[in-house]
Amino acid sequence: MLFEKTLRAAALVTATAAVTLTSGAALAQKKYDTGASDTEIKIGNIMPYSGPASAYGIIGKTEEAYFRMINDKGGINGRKINFVTYDDGYSPPKAVEQVRKLVESDEVLAVFNPLGTPSNTAIQKYLNAKKIPQLFVATGATKWNDPKNFPWTMGWQPSYQSEAQIYAKWLMKEKPDAKVAILYQNDDFGKDYLKGTKDGLGAKAASMIIMEESYEISEPSIDGHIVKIKAANPDVLLIYTTPKFAAQTIKKTAELNWKPLQILTNVSISVGSVMKPAGFENAQGVLSAAYAKDSTDPQWANDPGMKRWHEFVDKYMPGADKSDTSMVYGYGAASTLAKVLEMCGDDLTRANLMKQAASLKDFAPDTLLPGVKINTSPTDFAPIAQLQMMRFKGERWELFGEIISGDIASQ
Amino acid sequence: MSAAEEAIAEGHEAVEAVPKRAMTLGTGTSLVVLAALLVVPMFVKNFIIFQMTMLLIYGLAVLALNILTGGSGQFSLGQSAFYAVGAYTSAVLMEHANINYALTIPVSAVICFGFGYLFGKPALRLSGIYLALATFALATAMPQLLKLNFLEHWTGGVQGLVVTKPDAPFGLPMSQDMWLYYFTLAVTVAIYIFSVNLLRSRSGRAFMAIRDNEIAASSMGVNVALYKTLAFGVSAGITGVAGSLGAIAVQFVAPDSYTITLAISLFLGMVVGGVGWLPGSFVGAAFIIFVPNMAESISKGLSGAVFGVLLFLVIYLVPHGARQVAIFGQQLVGKLRKN
Amino acid sequence: MELFTNQVLAGIATGAIYACMALAVVMIYQAIDHLNFAQGEMAMFSTFISWQLMQWGVSYWAAFLMTLAFSFVAGIAIERILFKPLAKAPVLTNVAGFIALFAIINSSAGLIWDFTIKQYPTPFGSAPFLGSQLISTHQAGMIGVTVALLLALYFFFQYTRIGLAMRAAASVPESARLVGINTSWMIALGWGMATAIGSIAGMLIAPVVFLEPNMMGGVLIYGFAAAVLGGLSSPFGAVVGGFLVGVFENLAGTYIPGVGNELKLPIALALIVSVLVVKPAGLFGRQIVKRV
Repeated sequence: MLFEKTLRAAALVTATAAVTLTSGAALAQKKYDTGASDTEIKIGNIMPYSGPASAYGIIGKTEEAYFRMINDKGGINGRKINFVTYDDGYSPPKAVEQVRKLVESDEVLAVFNPLGTPSNTAIQKYLNAKKIPQLFVATGATKWNDPKNFPWTMGWQPSYQSEAQIYAKWLMKEKPDAKVAILYQNDDFGKDYLKGTKDGLGAKAASMIIMEESYEISEPSIDGHIVKIKAANPDVLLIYTTPKFAAQTIKKTAELNWKPLQILTNVSISVGSVMKPAGFENAQGVLSAAYAKDSTDPQWANDPGMKRWHEFVDKYMPGADKSDTSMVYGYGAASTLAKVLEMCGDDLTRANLMKQAASLKDFAPDTLLPGVKINTSPTDFAPIAQLQMMRFKGERWELFGEIISGDIASQ
Repeated sequence: MSAAEEAIAEGHEAVEAVPKRAMTLGTGTSLVVLAALLVVPMFVKNFIIFQMTMLLIYGLAVLALNILTGGSGQFSLGQSAFYAVGAYTSAVLMEHANINYALTIPVSAVICFGFGYLFGKPALRLSGIYLALATFALATAMPQLLKLNFLEHWTGGVQGLVVTKPDAPFGLPMSQDMWLYYFTLAVTVAIYIFSVNLLRSRSGRAFMAIRDNEIAASSMGVNVALYKTLAFGVSAGITGVAGSLGAIAVQFVAPDSYTITLAISLFLGMVVGGVGWLPGSFVGAAFIIFVPNMAESISKGLSGAVFGVLLFLVIYLVPHGARQVAIFGQQLVGKLRKN
Repeated sequence: MELFTNQVLAGIATGAIYACMALAVVMIYQAIDHLNFAQGEMAMFSTFISWQLMQWGVSYWAAFLMTLAFSFVAGIAIERILFKPLAKAPVLTNVAGFIALFAIINSSAGLIWDFTIKQYPTPFGSAPFLGSQLISTHQAGMIGVTVALLLALYFFFQYTRIGLAMRAAASVPESARLVGINTSWMIALGWGMATAIGSIAGMLIAPVVFLEPNMMGGVLIYGFAAAVLGGLSSPFGAVVGGFLVGVFENLAGTYIPGVGNELKLPIALALIVSVLVVKPAGLFGRQIVKRV
């Protein structure tokens, strides 16, 4: 009798175990697309390590170091990240060649954080046709938030247009009668900001904007443009330029003894690379907006997230210039990818990768401002859409006001 | 310095004379190369086919420069402008007017020929450094022109235009890449044969006479103005065709794709291949496509420096470019034959 | 009217940058009869060296002089090691060599000092000059130094034996050798001097445009254009050319409607090309008569 009972119990246990194990295995069945395996996940990337935009190359280097750190800690779900990055020199034909190499020769699972609007426009159709994720694109162009037409492309940072609209709305509230002049770089970056400003001002755009002055990135100095703008006597100067020209602008307006209200694009807010060369005394009162923490700001000295960032840089990128905002950017983007890969679990198909990327809920990487969270959904491919305005005071940026949401869908 | 001293100081010519017969490969070698080009794509991945297509395209552009500089002695740093016009012509016609890609090629050739001819006219009075500066001005102007606001509706402005890649016609069982490769190969072979014949013809002799000594040529009755502008026109036309093919292969055109960097790369391709030696154009094209990739794999941070060092090595070992290697090879084969 | 004067003054200030670079360009042309594409990068690298010295605590003027000496020696070294072997090679091959040098220097600077901009001090201060807000004391200083350099070069070429020897070596090499001038070393000397002048240009330009590896790309083009406009055999022409280009560019940007702003550089270059068609040797250059 006892023997029978034991046998039945044993059979029951074995059966249950068998069922549990097999159904568990069915549930936890590993699914891989090219580029993923039991031991590694291959991620591709293109960056301008040479050419006119080479200042951004540090983003790629930061991400490479970040994944090395992840691998040292055991990888993601036991798999090491193999980060393959190539130089595209900010040239679209080269970008196409390098991405094809990543996809057809290196056989990566996804292309992560490719940088530059022209390069990304060039590869968007190809990647979508091949159903390969073009994930967390490193440009603020608004067109990456278009899941209906390009389901495999997703942006990351707040779009330039949404940032410009935030400034426009602030101006309409605080300085509705101001005369506004816009200095912008004559490329997709500058033009996107211009559009956002005009859309944000709406009907008042025609009356408020008295001058739109463009410049080319190949010009050595934009002093001539500033002289021209000053002659029109605006109250507000919107500075939509890359870091070098932002520093030149702030320095020149001070030299000309001209004090308009200056609003600066988030791209050029680096204290070390822009505000200091421009001269702290010249930069007082400049406004901008941020979504990430400034690595030189003492208010984050005891912030756990930034502490982790400092430890990462000290160990994996010793000697690097910590005031470079690109390093904070690279860390933030890479940690977002790490989170998504983690959420994929053992289903490392490209479709699942996009699905998980489109399911981020209130994810807060170490480096974003408190209150700014990453949210995505199948209809919302703009992970970060919040910014907080800030004013330059003394030797650092001072945040003020609320966290503003600036969600703009692609047109 | 007196005028006479200035003249003597003009010492070595800007462009060295390449004897006519040495301008092309022997028939045997040509056939072998052609056979390889026809057969190899059937055995390699799409990505390699894509790279081979780009090699042919850049080879065409360098060939055009060879005709202009090696043939007629006019120094040009502005080929990227003609390449851009060709590329945009095809893109605009394909995307806005729905014209078949194959038809855009001759249109592009004609438009660029006209453009080159028109540029050649005022450039007649310039030579050497001054012509280089004028062509350089053209090359820097082109991306700016492409970004102009009032052209934005057609050109796409700074955003550029996405181009649709054609499928193989008649339902042939080959990938888009492979079809485009064979199409490009056909165009390239046609243009190559045309160029060789051009240089062997009366016009070619006129070019070379102008290159070697313009004043002597003119006093011999060569219509210098006509042939110089013709050279510009032909060169621009071929570069335009290369640009069109490039636009289709890359599937995208934007002002950033056609900067002075492209013009400088084409120039380097010509020098490495051997100025005036038409087959060298493809060797030069291979250099400018593959050596930067090699440099990058050696060192990401110093890729430019590595490229520069490799370039220096090449010009030290073979100052006259690949042609020197070919001549050496020919002599070697000759010696072996005697034995 | 006020805008006009302002733009002219601003143009003169920017033009000083171009004039400075143009002097270096003319210097190298005098020595080797070609334009060196890598000139700008060598100037940039020299400026970085001086910046690095100052980071290590060296005073401005000490760093300035050390950099000047370093540039002179480096210029000679580069010519002897890299370009002397190419002396018999065709001209176009030499041009390819310049391009290679450009790539090497630019890439190395990027690796050593990375691509973010650096502040660079000026010995002249940045106060308004004579009360005018358009020209700062630095820019006035820059113009002053350029003119001083110009005078020094003029004196060197017209009144010293070495200057005469260099001119002889460049224009009539065979005759020069016959009288015992070592033409080969004259070329090296020319390179050294051009590099040194370039370094001065770089150290003057950096405070205005900020120091970074890509700083000289745009400036070099303008320097070439200015040198060609003024006449490649005339240092005076180069300086005048620089100012003219600066002023014209600003005026074109301000007054040509619609496209003037976007096509500043092409318009400036088009102007220069038109001048060349009328005066093929530039404004102050000597006419070249070709003997058949």
